[in-house]
Amino acid sequence: MEKYKVVVIGGGPAGLAAALESFKILDDKKVLIIERDKFLGGILNQCIHPGFGLHYFKEELTGPEYAHRFVEQVVENRIEYLTETHVIDITPEKEIVAVNKKGLKRIKADAIVLAMGCRERTRGAIITPGTRPAGIFTAGQAQRLINIEGYRIGKKAVIVGSGDIGLIMARRLTLEGIEVKAVVEIMPYSTGLRRNIVQCLDDFGIPLLLSHKVVKIHGKYRVEGVTIAKVDSQLQEIPATERFIECDTVLFSVGLIPENELSKKAGIVLDIKTGGPVVDNTFSTSQKGIFACGNVLHVHDLVDNVTLEAQIAGRYAAIYSQHPELFENNIHVNIVAKEGIRYVVPQKLNKNFVQPFVLRFRVDNFYKDAIVTVSNAGKVLVEYKKSILTPGEMESIEISQKILSQLDFSNDIVVSLQNI
Amino acid sequence: MQKNKVTCILCPRGCIIEKKEQGGTFEFVGFGCTRGMKWAKEEFTNPKRILTTTVHVKSGEIEFVPVRTTKPIPKEKIFEAISILKGIEVLAPVEIGSVIVKNILDTGADVVTTRRVGQKESLDN
Repeated sequence: MEKYKVVVIGGGPAGLAAALESFKILDDKKVLIIERDKFLGGILNQCIHPGFGLHYFKEELTGPEYAHRFVEQVVENRIEYLTETHVIDITPEKEIVAVNKKGLKRIKADAIVLAMGCRERTRGAIITPGTRPAGIFTAGQAQRLINIEGYRIGKKAVIVGSGDIGLIMARRLTLEGIEVKAVVEIMPYSTGLRRNIVQCLDDFGIPLLLSHKVVKIHGKYRVEGVTIAKVDSQLQEIPATERFIECDTVLFSVGLIPENELSKKAGIVLDIKTGGPVVDNTFSTSQKGIFACGNVLHVHDLVDNVTLEAQIAGRYAAIYSQHPELFENNIHVNIVAKEGIRYVVPQKLNKNFVQPFVLRFRVDNFYKDAIVTVSNAGKVLVEYKKSILTPGEMESIEISQKILSQLDFSNDIVVSLQNI
Repeated sequence: MQKNKVTCILCPRGCIIEKKEQGGTFEFVGFGCTRGMKWAKEEFTNPKRILTTTVHVKSGEIEFVPVRTTKPIPKEKIFEAISILKGIEVLAPVEIGSVIVKNILDTGADVVTTRRVGQKESLDN
């Protein structure tokens, strides 16, 4: 059986950054990346639009360009990687079973970094009634078909959901000569970034129908149209508001779910809110020596944050592979999301590694003028005021050494939000 | 697309900035900061966008190579630029950053590839 210090599962932005960071630290450099697609770079390869790297590189890159900067370093450093290779099993003992054209492969790792990314929710996830003709895609699937394979997927489209991928695809379809009739969003607000609403919809005069849902898909062989309706504050269809829109293509952009089939096999504890593993500030999961980062951990809106997080996971994975004894007696303080906060990552602070870290979180609704506080044992450790908080934008707070020095380790760390 | 309202994209606040004409001079209202006002002025007078799309590759390991303009180009030239790029075919291998069209539509922006595309492996190997 082949042996590696650190094996990274997934060759997207999270996996690449984690592998590079592990590689920097390790003396014997035994790092391996396993990717199921033909190329490294992950979904960034199909994200040909600009807007990546504004925070990390301080310049505006496209997805493939952002990926290239990391792939180049992987190649230059001769970090080992396998493409077109599927990992089908991982065990708590950190044995990996993978399969590719050459057959089955068993690999033993001292530490594993999970970086498998996420999946799109589909029509089934939101239970849209109607027939099942050709012409129904998830937004990301359409993105791959258009940007990499070069297919023309239809002539007139309706997009369901106004997440960033849906908005970006509205622009992409328009540039490809496909008429986008509407973006239909069930919530009273878009979950996409403001810049995408402006540059992808407003620029082309594409209507964004808030508080609307698709109540039926029509068509026998190919989509012939959709029926939409207004919804009330309980998201229930309002009678007599139905309207038919003729189209031959429907794209679903209705959210992403971390892809944790492998994590489950390894017996890793998952967080119901994020859909990803519960981790501490070393990005260690509940299984010692198995770390997680990127969209497999929680769905990010900016790849820049994925990179930063993955570097930390990669660093601690390398430390674990050399000194597992440091993680032997892990004692954790829970970090808990309360009023107004949907989730926090990491969910725990490891007492063996009380080092500054960034707490990332999402709020559960739209808030204007609110204060976010981090408290412990009834004492406010840090607070900050924000004029706008939206569920679509990930927030972060830096937990500094000064804050850590005031901690009472027998009590939870609580993150909450108050309106002013 | 002559509009007198724009939504600022510089921060999540998303101020709606309005252009009002008063006796031949323009006044901007609704901005939350000076950066926003500067942005809105540019957006009203000369809105520009980076254009990204794909170009066909002959005998490449993938069929299409993603491309971008090296800087934002006027919004009204985007569809014209797209139609030019639709008719172009490049031959693999293509390096990242290769210039496909120089100074497209006199905008001062070049169109460059954003991904490296190797040659398709021939069936003989």
